Amino acid sequence: MSNLKTDRKIDYSKMHVSEEVAIQINQMNKWYGQFHVLRDIDLTVQRGERIVIAGPSGSGKSTLIRCINRLEEHQQGQIIVDGTELTSDLKNIDKIRSEVGMCFQHFNLFPHLTILENCTLAPIWVRNTPKKEAEEIAMHFLEKVKIPEQANKYPGMLSGGQQQRVAIARSLCMKPRIMLFDEPTSALDPEMIKEVLDTMIELAEEGMTMLCVTHEMGFAREVANRVIFMDAGQIVEQNEPEEFFNNPQSERTKLFLSQILGH
Amino acid sequence: MSFTKELIPQSPPPASVRTKPLDLIRKRLFGSIGSAVSSILILYLLVRFVPPILNWLIFSADWVGSSRDDCTSGGACWAVITARFRLFVVGFYPAEDVWRVWIVLALLPVALAFALVEKIPFRRYGLIFAGLYPLIAALLLAGGLGLPEVATSKWGGLLLTLVCGLTGIVVSLPLGVILALGRRSNLPAISSLCVIFIEFVRGVPLITILFMSSVMLPLFLPPGTTMDQMVRALVGISLFASAYMAEVIRSGLQSIPAGQYEAANALGLSYWQSMRLIILPQALKIVIPGIVSTFISLFKDTSLVLIIGLYDLLGIANATITDTKWIGLSNEVYVFTALVYWVFCFSMSRYSLFLEDKLHRGHKN
Repeated sequence: MSNLKTDRKIDYSKMHVSEEVAIQINQMNKWYGQFHVLRDIDLTVQRGERIVIAGPSGSGKSTLIRCINRLEEHQQGQIIVDGTELTSDLKNIDKIRSEVGMCFQHFNLFPHLTILENCTLAPIWVRNTPKKEAEEIAMHFLEKVKIPEQANKYPGMLSGGQQQRVAIARSLCMKPRIMLFDEPTSALDPEMIKEVLDTMIELAEEGMTMLCVTHEMGFAREVANRVIFMDAGQIVEQNEPEEFFNNPQSERTKLFLSQILGH
Repeated sequence: MSFTKELIPQSPPPASVRTKPLDLIRKRLFGSIGSAVSSILILYLLVRFVPPILNWLIFSADWVGSSRDDCTSGGACWAVITARFRLFVVGFYPAEDVWRVWIVLALLPVALAFALVEKIPFRRYGLIFAGLYPLIAALLLAGGLGLPEVATSKWGGLLLTLVCGLTGIVVSLPLGVILALGRRSNLPAISSLCVIFIEFVRGVPLITILFMSSVMLPLFLPPGTTMDQMVRALVGISLFASAYMAEVIRSGLQSIPAGQYEAANALGLSYWQSMRLIILPQALKIVIPGIVSTFISLFKDTSLVLIIGLYDLLGIANATITDTKWIGLSNEVYVFTALVYWVFCFSMSRYSLFLEDKLHRGHKN
């Protein structure tokens, strides 16, 4: 787990964290029925940050990033994305969703549409981009994730790694300012993890603000500027990757790290 | 002991895998004693019964005549159908206006072809025509714009069956979609309204609905307004079918993984956009067999309009059997009626298979 499954040299020149706040979360709480799933979350993400969220399963990491684009509703506290606060106001939700891209563990491509149609759907219907232009944008990003030749196939004909790269391209076609990754490599064969991580690294190299829930500690070490450790719905510890891995503070973090890095 | 091996290149299957047709018959029909015995038994039954049936149906049948006394050769008396053919097709539609029905019936396959076949020339204009077809048909059949009016009580036979069946089909699909979406709505007012409607309609027999639409509906309408008997039947049939359709479609909606909704939301698509572009195309594809089943049973259920005094195909059949000139020819009349129903239902069933096959191509997963 500790080795990044890539052999490329990472270009850090454009990975620049600015003072501008991209996401601000204040005292946020969420319950599933009686279950207190997120507790007093405070988090500020600046533009250009690459944040990896780690933690045992059930710790609320996925729920946290799913609250940022309102796939889950929070009950208390504040979430402000790009200066817009998430409330039940549908206008704000739509605005935030069109600026925040998301990749899922199971890709969630639309199986009845071709790869190209998957990528052009949202630009055409949400941004009112003309079809021709949307297709050009889509091809640009499909080239970027290195599968332009699959454009006219259906998702079911692609491998898992290819599907996840299409999913990333699909999000990028909306020109998002923030990308959320919800365990993007967890459903993939080991051979395919590398190609998806490479795509994510390229995105980071271009200065994208990224929040990744992932178990790829190599990626966290090499690409992230901050690692957040969550347990039982709380942010237990956060630090720069170097410090986080070499000098964890809390007992819970130490235990977690020893379990996932120990063998 | 470790070793490595060269990759083996692809090769064609051995000859034994490819079988000749004759071998296949021997293997399938006479593979074991049991299957040999049943093959011979079935062959015997075919030889024993098929020739007499064909003989009755075709070879010694009488095709023309003006009453059952003209049927003398001992086979089926198809004269009853040929002599009363117009009655079977259009009912009591006045003879001088019957050309209007012929136009409507002749245009129906054209409209269906434009609506259902994707690769057809001039489809863009064809779709407009198919969309206007119900209006054109209604105008021609009922009259108006200079055409003399023909009361719906005069419509009958296959014409009435088709009007009821096709109206039910065309109305129940969109209404079913709306009811299914409504039932899954987060707004309690909308969802409970849809649940009440669906469960009420599904809980009563169609006959009751037809009686209610024929007897009770006028009580709710403002006094003085009259509503055509056939239109009331159409309303009843359409509402009945849409309740069933809603549940079929809901089962399709439920089979779509939550991830599809989430991906559509995350991209910023609105509720209606994600339903129209993402969820419904997939859900409807899954439930095509259920939808077509509902269409088929709806098409056959239209024969119940008989009990509120409308003479559809089956109504004409029943009237024919009790006609003094043709009395007792129930075999011929019912065989013919069954054949007509079967042709329409079987076509629907084949079209659904074709559609499933077409939609599956490319993205089977």
